Amino acid sequence: MNIRRFPMTREVSLLVLAYLYVPVLVLVVYSFNANRTATIWSHASLDWYGRILTNPSIQAATVNSLILAFAAAIGATTFALLAALATSRAFPRRGAVEAVLNMPLILPEIVVAVATLMLFVALGVQLGLGAMILAHTAFCIPFAYLPIRARLEGMSRSYEEAAQDLYANRFRTFRRVTLPLLWPGILAGFTLAFVTSLDDFLTSFFLSGPGTTTLPVYIFSAIRAGITPEINAISTVMLVISVLLVSLSFFLSRLRR
Amino acid sequence: MSGSSAVSIRNISKSFGRGASAVRVLDDVSVEIGEREFFTLLGPSGCGKTTLLRLIAGFELADRGVIAIGGQDLTQTPPFRRPVNTVFQSYALFPHLTVEQNVGFALEEQGMARDKIRSRVGEALEMVRMHSFARRRPSELSGGQQQRVALARALAPRPQVLLLDEPLSALDLKLRKEMQIELKQLQAEAGITFLFVTHDQEEALTLSDRVAVMQGGHILQMGPPREIYEAPTHRFVADFIGDINLLEAEALPGDQLRIGQGVTLPMAHGKAGAVTLAIRPERARLTAPGAGTLDATLIHSAYLGTALLHKLELPGGGTFLLRQSEVAQTPLESGSRVGLALPADALRVLDQ
Amino acid sequence: MSASPTLRRLGLLTPALATIGLLVGVPLLLMFWISLLQKGGTSGVDWASVPSGANYLRLVWEEDFDGTMIVNTSYLLILLRSVLQAALTTGLCLLFGLPVALWMAGLGRTQRDIMLLLITIPFWTNLLVRNYAWLIILREDGLVAQTVNAVSPFGPVQLLYNDLAVAIGLTYSFLPFMILPLYTVFEKFDWRLLEAAHDLGATRARALRRVVLPIAGPGILAGSLLVFIPCLGAFVTPALLGGGKTLMLGNIIQMQFGASRNWPFGAALSVVLLALMLIVMTSVALLRNRRAK
Ligand SMILES: Nc1ncnc2c1ncn2[C@@H]1O[C@H](COP(=O)(O)OP(=O)(O)OP(=O)(O)O)[C@@H](O)[C@H]1O
Ligand SMILES: [Mg+2]
Repeated sequence: MNIRRFPMTREVSLLVLAYLYVPVLVLVVYSFNANRTATIWSHASLDWYGRILTNPSIQAATVNSLILAFAAAIGATTFALLAALATSRAFPRRGAVEAVLNMPLILPEIVVAVATLMLFVALGVQLGLGAMILAHTAFCIPFAYLPIRARLEGMSRSYEEAAQDLYANRFRTFRRVTLPLLWPGILAGFTLAFVTSLDDFLTSFFLSGPGTTTLPVYIFSAIRAGITPEINAISTVMLVISVLLVSLSFFLSRLRR
Repeated sequence: MSGSSAVSIRNISKSFGRGASAVRVLDDVSVEIGEREFFTLLGPSGCGKTTLLRLIAGFELADRGVIAIGGQDLTQTPPFRRPVNTVFQSYALFPHLTVEQNVGFALEEQGMARDKIRSRVGEALEMVRMHSFARRRPSELSGGQQQRVALARALAPRPQVLLLDEPLSALDLKLRKEMQIELKQLQAEAGITFLFVTHDQEEALTLSDRVAVMQGGHILQMGPPREIYEAPTHRFVADFIGDINLLEAEALPGDQLRIGQGVTLPMAHGKAGAVTLAIRPERARLTAPGAGTLDATLIHSAYLGTALLHKLELPGGGTFLLRQSEVAQTPLESGSRVGLALPADALRVLDQ
Repeated sequence: MSASPTLRRLGLLTPALATIGLLVGVPLLLMFWISLLQKGGTSGVDWASVPSGANYLRLVWEEDFDGTMIVNTSYLLILLRSVLQAALTTGLCLLFGLPVALWMAGLGRTQRDIMLLLITIPFWTNLLVRNYAWLIILREDGLVAQTVNAVSPFGPVQLLYNDLAVAIGLTYSFLPFMILPLYTVFEKFDWRLLEAAHDLGATRARALRRVVLPIAGPGILAGSLLVFIPCLGAFVTPALLGGGKTLMLGNIIQMQFGASRNWPFGAALSVVLLALMLIVMTSVALLRNRRAK
C-alpha cells in the first residue's frame, strides 16, 4: 500500500480535471465549426476567426483591452515593486500594509466597481479608458505584488550588502544587483497583472464609457444579444492568451536564479 | 605591528531591538588594529563577532562610539564610501554576473577605465589562481573556487582593510587547511590589514598576528596567539581555547595555594580566596606515586598516534586530562595510582 | 545612512497605498454615505437629501399605496438565495477539492507541478468565457441537453436558468480557490504521521478522519472563505446561467446601476453584502482562534 494514495482520490481528480477542461475544450472545438448555429457541428473551418479579425467593434475593443492591460499592469507592477521593496526584510508593520494591499482581492469586485463608479461620477471623472486604467491599476497591485515579494524574500540581503561594500551607492546597487536578481519576479508579477486586467469584466462593465468597450465587455453584450460562433472564436482567442501568459508567469516564478 | 592604526574602534556599543526587548550585542568594545596586521576575532556563536564586522563595513550603525579607518572617522559613513571590503560567509557572489564581472564590480563603480579594469581583474584572478574561470558563473564553481573568487573580488579594489567573516566555514576540512595557508600568503603579498572572524580556535591561532577573544559582547583578552594560549587571563578564554584542566583552589596568604585535601603549592598569586588553577594537558607530567605534586588514579588512556591522552581521577573527585608525548613507555593499567607533577610555570591562576 | 529608513519605506509604500486607498477605500466610504441618501437627479443620487436608513428598511418593508408599511420578502429571498448558493458551492468545492488536493500532494515532483499548473490555469482564465462555455453546453440544443433529453423519461428538461445551473457554474468558477489552499497544507504534510496512525491501528478511513482532516483544518477554512466570499457577490454566473429567475445579490446591485437607476439603494445592497462578508470572516477568524487554543 502506498501511504500517500487514498482510494478514489485519483478518480475524483481526473473527474475534476475533466470538469474543468471539457467545457473549455467544447468551446474551442465549436469555434472551428462552420455552422452558424453555434452549437450544431457541420465541418471544420476558420471562418469565424476571419470574421473577428475584420469586425471593427472587436478590433476597437481589442485595442482598448490591450492599452488598458498594459497601462494598468505597468502602473500596478511599478507600485507593487516599490511596496515590496519597503515591506520585505523585517518590516514591523508588514501585516497591516499587506491587509490594505490585499483589499482588492478580498472585497467583492462588484461592490468596489459600483463604489468606484459612484466616486468617479461624483467627482466628474469621465468614464472610459482613463477611468478603467485607474481602477484596474488599483486591483492589479496585489497580483503584481505577490510574486515580486516572494522573489525578494528568497533573495539574500547579502547581495545588496556586497554591492554597497564594493562601492555601489544605493541607486547603483538597485540597478546593478537588486533589479537584475528580481527580474523574473517582476516579470511574473507584470504578467499576472496583465492577465488580470485583460480578463476583467465587472469593473470595466461599470466604468467603460460609450465607445470604449473592452473585449470581455464586448463578449458579454454579444452573449446577451444571442449566441454566435463569433463569440466562440473570440473567447477561444482570449483563453489562449491567458493560458500562455499564465504558463509564462508560472515558469518565471519557478526560475532559479 | 607598526605604530599607526589601520582600524581604530573606540567604545562601540550596539543593541538590537527597542525598549524592553532590546538586546545589547556589543558593549563598550575598543580595539586598535595595526597596519598589515592579521587580526582575528574569536568567540562562540552569538558573541557579536559578525556585528562588529558589520559595523566596520557600515552595514549597521553603532549606537555609541567611534570607528576610524586609516585615521579617518567613518562612524556615520555609508558602506560604499568606506575603504574596506568584505568577504562574506556565504560569499554573496552575484549570481547574474560572471566571475570576471564580479571581480570587476567595484572597479567599475569607482569609474576605472575599461582596459585598466581588465588588467586589474586579471591580476586579482591570477592571485587566487582562478584565471581560467573568468567567464564562468558563480553557480558553475565549487565551494572552494567560489571562495577564491570572493577573495579576489574583495581584494581587487585594494582596500585598506579586508573583513573576512568565517570565510572558510563552508569548506571541508582539507580544503580549509589549504585555504588557510593561501590566505596567509595572500595577506603577506597584498600587504593589507586583515580582520578575520572565526569560531575555530585552531584557525585563529595558526593564522593571526593577534587574536581577540570575545564573549557576550565584550573582548575578554587580546594578544598574540601564544599569549592567549599560554597565559589566558580569564577562565572563559582558557576554557575556550584548546583543552585545559581547571582546578578549584584557594589562595592562601604567603604565596601558597591550596588544592583540595591538604595539598598546598608554593606559588606567587597576588589573590585571595577562591581561585581557579588552569593547566594545559601537555604541561602536566606523570611521576611515580608520591613523587609529584599530588597523587591520582588513572581512569583510562587513549592512544592518539603521536601522544597518549590520560584521564585521571583526582583525590577530591573531578577529572584531569594529561597528554603524554613519549608514547614509547610501557602502558599503564587502568586503576593504577600515579603521581601528578604540576610545574609552577605551567600553572595559571585565574579569577573565578 | 542618508534618509531615515522609516521615511524611505514610507515613500516606497505611498504610491501603492495611495492608489488602493483612493480607488478602493474612499469609494467604499462614499458608498456608505450614498446608501443613506435618496435617489434622484441625473446621476442617480439626490445629494441634498436628508440622510436616513430608508434604503435599508426597503430591504424588508415596502410602502403600500395608502402609505402603510407591508413586509416585502422578495429582497430577503434573494439574500437568502445568495447565501445558500454560496454555501452550496462551498460544500461542493470542498467535496471535490479535498480529494484532488490530497491526490496532488502524493504525486511526484514533476507531476505535482503539472497538476498545479492545470489547477492554476482556470483560476486565471476569463471567468466570463468559462461561464459562457457552460452556457453553450447546457443550452437546449447543446451537447449535454440533447443527451439528457434523449434519455429523459420526463420529456425535454430545461438545464439552464435554474439554481442547479448556477451552482454548477459557481463551483466551476471557484473550485481552484479551494484546491490551492488545501494543497498548500497537504504539501507540507508529514506522511510519517499517517504511518504512525496506521501503526497504532487506525484504518485508512479512520486515519483520514482523525489525522489528515484535522491537519487540513486551516486549509479548509481558508479555502471555504476564498470560495464563499466571491460567490456571495457573484454576478457573471447568475447573469449568464441563472437567467432572470435565479437572481443573486450581485444581480440586483447591478440593476440599481442599470435600468432601475437607484444608486442609493444599490449602495445599501452593497453595504449589506459587505456586512455579510464581514460577519462570515469574523466568525471564521473566531473559529480559527478557538481551534488554535
Ligand atoms: N539584525 C539583528 N536583529 C536582532 N538581533 C540580532 C541581529 N543581528 C544579530 N543579532 C543578535 O546579536 C547577537 C550577536 O550576533 P552576531 O551575528 O554578531 O554573532 P556572531 O558572533 O557572529 O555569531 P556566529 O558565530 O554564530 O556567527 C546574537 O544574539 C544575534 O541574535
Ligand atoms: Mg557571525
